[in-house]
Amino acid sequence: MLLPAGLVILFMGLFFVWPVAAVIHRGFGGSGAAGGLGEVFASPSHRSVIWFTFWQAAASTALTVAVALPAAAAVARLRFRGRRLVRAVATVPFTLPTVVVAAAFEGTFDRLGLAGDGALSLRHTIWAILLAHMFFNYAVVLRIVGAHWESLDARVEDQARVLGASRFAVFRHVVLPRLAPSLAAASAIVFLFSFTSFGVVLILGGPTRATIETEIYRQAVVRLDLSVAASLAVIQLAAVLALVIVSILLERRRASSAPAIVAAPAPRHRGIGLMFNLGVMGLVLGLPLALLVERSLIAGDGSYTLRHYSAMAQRVNLLPDTALAALANSLQFAVPAAALALLVGGAAAIVVLRSASLTGRTVAGLTDVTLTLPLGTSAVTVGLGFLLVLNRPPIDIRTAVIVVPIAHAVVGIPFVVRTLVPMLRSVSPRVREAAAMLGASPWRARREVDLPAAARGAAVGAGFAFAVSLGEFGATSFIPRRPETLTAPLALFRLLGTPGDALRGQAMALAVSLMVLTALVVFLMDLWGDARSGVF
Amino acid sequence: MLTVTGAKVSFADVVALSGLDLQVATGEILAVLGPSGCGKSTLLRAISGLQPLDDGEVRWNGENLDAKPVHRRDFGLMFQEHALFSHRDVAANVAFGLHMKKLDAPRRDRRVEEVLDLVGLAGYQRRSIATLSGGEAQRVALARSLAPEPRLLMLDEPLGSLDRPRREQLTAELRTVLRRVGVTALHVTHDHDEAFAVADRVALMRAGQIARIGTPAEVWRDPRQSNTARFLGHTNLVNVGPRGEVPWGCLSVAAGRVLLRSDAFSRLNEASPKFEASTESTDFTATNSLTATVSEVRFRGDRFELVLSSDPGDCKLVVMDPQPAQVGEKLSYRLDPDRIAILDDQDDGVA
Repeated sequence: MLLPAGLVILFMGLFFVWPVAAVIHRGFGGSGAAGGLGEVFASPSHRSVIWFTFWQAAASTALTVAVALPAAAAVARLRFRGRRLVRAVATVPFTLPTVVVAAAFEGTFDRLGLAGDGALSLRHTIWAILLAHMFFNYAVVLRIVGAHWESLDARVEDQARVLGASRFAVFRHVVLPRLAPSLAAASAIVFLFSFTSFGVVLILGGPTRATIETEIYRQAVVRLDLSVAASLAVIQLAAVLALVIVSILLERRRASSAPAIVAAPAPRHRGIGLMFNLGVMGLVLGLPLALLVERSLIAGDGSYTLRHYSAMAQRVNLLPDTALAALANSLQFAVPAAALALLVGGAAAIVVLRSASLTGRTVAGLTDVTLTLPLGTSAVTVGLGFLLVLNRPPIDIRTAVIVVPIAHAVVGIPFVVRTLVPMLRSVSPRVREAAAMLGASPWRARREVDLPAAARGAAVGAGFAFAVSLGEFGATSFIPRRPETLTAPLALFRLLGTPGDALRGQAMALAVSLMVLTALVVFLMDLWGDARSGVF
Repeated sequence: MLTVTGAKVSFADVVALSGLDLQVATGEILAVLGPSGCGKSTLLRAISGLQPLDDGEVRWNGENLDAKPVHRRDFGLMFQEHALFSHRDVAANVAFGLHMKKLDAPRRDRRVEEVLDLVGLAGYQRRSIATLSGGEAQRVALARSLAPEPRLLMLDEPLGSLDRPRREQLTAELRTVLRRVGVTALHVTHDHDEAFAVADRVALMRAGQIARIGTPAEVWRDPRQSNTARFLGHTNLVNVGPRGEVPWGCLSVAAGRVLLRSDAFSRLNEASPKFEASTESTDFTATNSLTATVSEVRFRGDRFELVLSSDPGDCKLVVMDPQPAQVGEKLSYRLDPDRIAILDDQDDGVA
């Protein structure tokens, strides 16, 4: 108990609490620097940034729910072949790095002629941001609401039909009220992700659209005004904290309102509705990815070519190293990042579970919240904090390469904890008691019963951390540019931001490579265990 | 009148209805009785329109309901699990169908009060669903189904989730309520006691078809098929040889297969001269009587259930006897020929 607790306190204290505390201190105008919160609130441009952050998140949430809800209904209420596959495939966009999602939409706009100056141009509009957020968060609604819907007794809906309710009336009077808890919980999560979205907004929103998150980056990295950046980060932190608390409260309600009896719905096939539903899903989720792949294979004259892929091995002036080297760097960072995240996250999971049995629910709940906070804390805030505090040996952000995997681990740890805790908790003490009754010593019982569950959880958690590290962009973007610290998402961002067919083609090729790598990791993780665990 | 003709429904791997025919007269209470998995629930879902038919048709007073969507059929369906709307209170549950019929609020409230009164839950309007007991939930579900005055009320194992004593009480109440309302009802159950207590007629369902239909008494006295007989709780199914021979002697019935109802036996008491003195004493030993060894005795309150083993064969008979007996004792019984039913088939050994 002491050893894991010490490890968690040491690591998180050094690489999360300290940097974030420094951000907060600076944000309130500490250490004599000018500025502070008052100045940020006084500036109309900052106020409009804050306002835009809120309403784009709200609009993204509404759009995501509206588009994903019919699919959730289909997955929950219809039995068809490949239903599990549909659910797994629909989750792919959620696991993709945000820069890849942004690249997919840029590629799609290119191919559909929506990137020009015409009236139909979506490029650098609010619609580009909303569509990408919907694409990214689709699975959140599909899985959370779909799972809850499936657990609701379908006969209650049948009963309403018999009592004279049309399909729409059933949805309005019977389904929607019962679905409210999971709908609220899913909306809260989508809102949180859209609120703290960085890569998508930075790339797709263009230079004129800024959220708090992208503005922190712009102030800190481009304008080098760390004080304003820190003040914005404080506002961001406060909003996120409020949102996390709301979402945890909603989750409590969802848990307590879950029905005890889970009845399987009767087999029904509504061919046309299902085809339409799957068609929409394929269009919404498949088209951007398909067009991204196609775009990576098209040369300037419209013919198909592999040139963009071979170009990844050649250095362009824009980047300190080749795109291929960036990809190799990313893989090299992901291994220690995943190992670190698993070590610290595993220790944290033990602390959460042990403190639950020792001190009861309140402390465990508090630990849970504390460890969830980094999930909501934007990576940009972590990056800014690193920039503020890690500026002298032994760990200097300007020279120490190790900063990159550490930053990635900090971002990945909450995923590990949220995967491991439910998996370990799901081992019923009865099973352990049964093992004891059959003659197993306490240690033997733990080895036979808990270890397999822990191994599965560890594999899935490490896979998550690995995938997170591959796609990490927010925190990494604060680390000064050098050949050794150039990761694939950073290279992709630079390539996407520069005009010219060759660079754009290479960007798409790099995005496809990163997408394939991430999908591979997620696929392996799915093989190992039900990746549906606690992250949602 | 409800008419179902040639109804067929099959799922991926099972046939639920295989050309089922059924008629329910207006105002009649018909119980559909059958083991689980025989397609009872599918029948109700098909009639209500929740389950489309692969073939066949459902008519109400001659009108084909094929094109009529579920919510326009004016039928009621009550599920075993009650399927109450847990997010609404009792009154809102009961009023749901009236709401869908666009009744105005005062008339709605009046009707809710009326049906809650009918099922014995007066004043329950504001109660939340979570606070109801199993019996109360069942009554609310009944009230909710009755409120919009359906042309046909279907009940799918409505008492299935209750314990035995509550069930018997509510079975009686259910019949009273259905009678008072005069609604045409189709009651599905696997419990023959419940079916006999509630229904005017009973239809026995097996493998997606109606195997036997008639009044409870007709069906119980003459089940016609071995599996039907076993399902109704009969145990004494005996094969009869060409000259009436059975394991313990002879019966004055035709060859084939017979059912000896448990009320067909009366003990011949050696000590009582009444039977010995009978002028037809030879008949007792030659036909329609038996002597057997008691192999089990079970106390059943008002009588004893005795298992008799015939001396040479392995034939076991269950007899209800008001008098006690000892295991190993040899007893003689007379069989009432009127209480013997001839069966159409050979026993397939399945209840």
